[in-house]
Amino acid sequence: MSRLQQNKKQILEGSHAVAEIVKNLKPAVVAAYPITPQTHIVEDLSKMKSDGLADFEFINAESEFAAASIVLGASSTGVRTYTATNAQGLLLMIEVLFNIAGMRLPVVITCTNRAVSAPINIWNDQQDSLTIRDAGWLQLYAETNQETVDLHILAYKLAESLMLPVMVNMGGFVLTHTFEAVEIPETSLIKKFLPDYVPPKDSILDTKNPRSLGTFAAPDRYMEIRQELFNDVAAASKEIVKQNLEFKKVFGRGRGNGLIEEYKTKDAEIILVAMGSVCGTIKETIDELRAKGKKIGLLKIISFRPFPDNGIARILSKAKCVGVIDKSISIGSEGVLASDIKRACFGKIKAPIKSFIVGLGGRDVTRAMIGKIVNEVKDRSIEVKFIGK
Amino acid sequence: MKKFKNTITATPGTTTENKTGGWRTYKPVVDHEVCIGCDMCNKVCPEGVCFATGQKNSKGRIFYDRDLDYCKGCGLCAKECPVNAIKMVSDYK
Repeated sequence: MSRLQQNKKQILEGSHAVAEIVKNLKPAVVAAYPITPQTHIVEDLSKMKSDGLADFEFINAESEFAAASIVLGASSTGVRTYTATNAQGLLLMIEVLFNIAGMRLPVVITCTNRAVSAPINIWNDQQDSLTIRDAGWLQLYAETNQETVDLHILAYKLAESLMLPVMVNMGGFVLTHTFEAVEIPETSLIKKFLPDYVPPKDSILDTKNPRSLGTFAAPDRYMEIRQELFNDVAAASKEIVKQNLEFKKVFGRGRGNGLIEEYKTKDAEIILVAMGSVCGTIKETIDELRAKGKKIGLLKIISFRPFPDNGIARILSKAKCVGVIDKSISIGSEGVLASDIKRACFGKIKAPIKSFIVGLGGRDVTRAMIGKIVNEVKDRSIEVKFIGK
Repeated sequence: MKKFKNTITATPGTTTENKTGGWRTYKPVVDHEVCIGCDMCNKVCPEGVCFATGQKNSKGRIFYDRDLDYCKGCGLCAKECPVNAIKMVSDYK
């Protein structure tokens, strides 16, 4: 028996790995718009359905707006649901995504991060999901395909215990179209961590107990409802840490504390901050530069919403310089992650925090570029720096 | 299991908890003596708040009135009343 078989690992394309884990998570309804910018995830899921390997209802929608509406409706009846999209597709879903969060439905979607038009570009960056950071969804970012698979299991656990929707973000192409060795947990093992979904009794559509969802709230009630959503998303940090520990017990692996992961930050003079697939390249570069005596570390953000304020300042306070690497930009401001890092550190650390923009529209982020960032992180003359070469 | 502090779902009939009459600028005033009890105002009212009172006027006709807790003052009843028994008057407070 090969080592791969012993480890139960398979060589899978990222999209296919997500389809495999979604199948094992047993959603009752999968809806998707099947054309660009869709990925192999839902293509594989529809094939599993037609081959008789899965029981879910598979609904082809006429747009991402419809796909999101279908999972909203299905989730309202108290079942597990799934859809995937990215880029323009995610933007078309926006109105429904705010409704899903406001209605406290535990929908899980995969966003295979891609650039937003115009100009038309189907390649990877994180502009799509970061544009909708305020929708009320939990947003988790994966570095590898194994992490993507694991975050999907965690996502349903968090969604169903907190009654909040969760978006699992994986790098479009960088992960979705890359083959890696991954372990896909079987349904029997998953059930030890994630039991069947039992919806709260009085918050679903049920003909025997009729009730309206997504109803009207006048000025006397709206604000308290929004505040409760805010408080619950903020409090989700604790649940993520707790469930990450539980996950490690059941599956024997996990990352950091579930919210963040530190890589060689203990003695680091320069700490880079990033999230998603770019972290792999950064870690490689750190190893290379450390061999040459440069003390560099990485703070990887796994949970962007809720933003893990606690701990970030403590980690970054040890550094002399901080460089935040974004694959997105808030036009007219700076990198989206950079803004939040600055907010979390305000008044708590002395090191300057600089915003670097890389990899927009699928531009490859090389080790040489990360090296360049390390060299330029001390330069305080410019606030936002684009590293294109 | 998650318990919400604020209720975000609604059971049938609870719409009436939201009194929407405050949105109104003009309110309909029904002249009970002119009303012929034809039921037209009830048929056209978008809110379903025009109703037969069950009381009779001096001509022996059961006259209509409206529920100002929910009437938004659209004026359809006044427009459609075949005997002009309903006048829209300012509800400015």
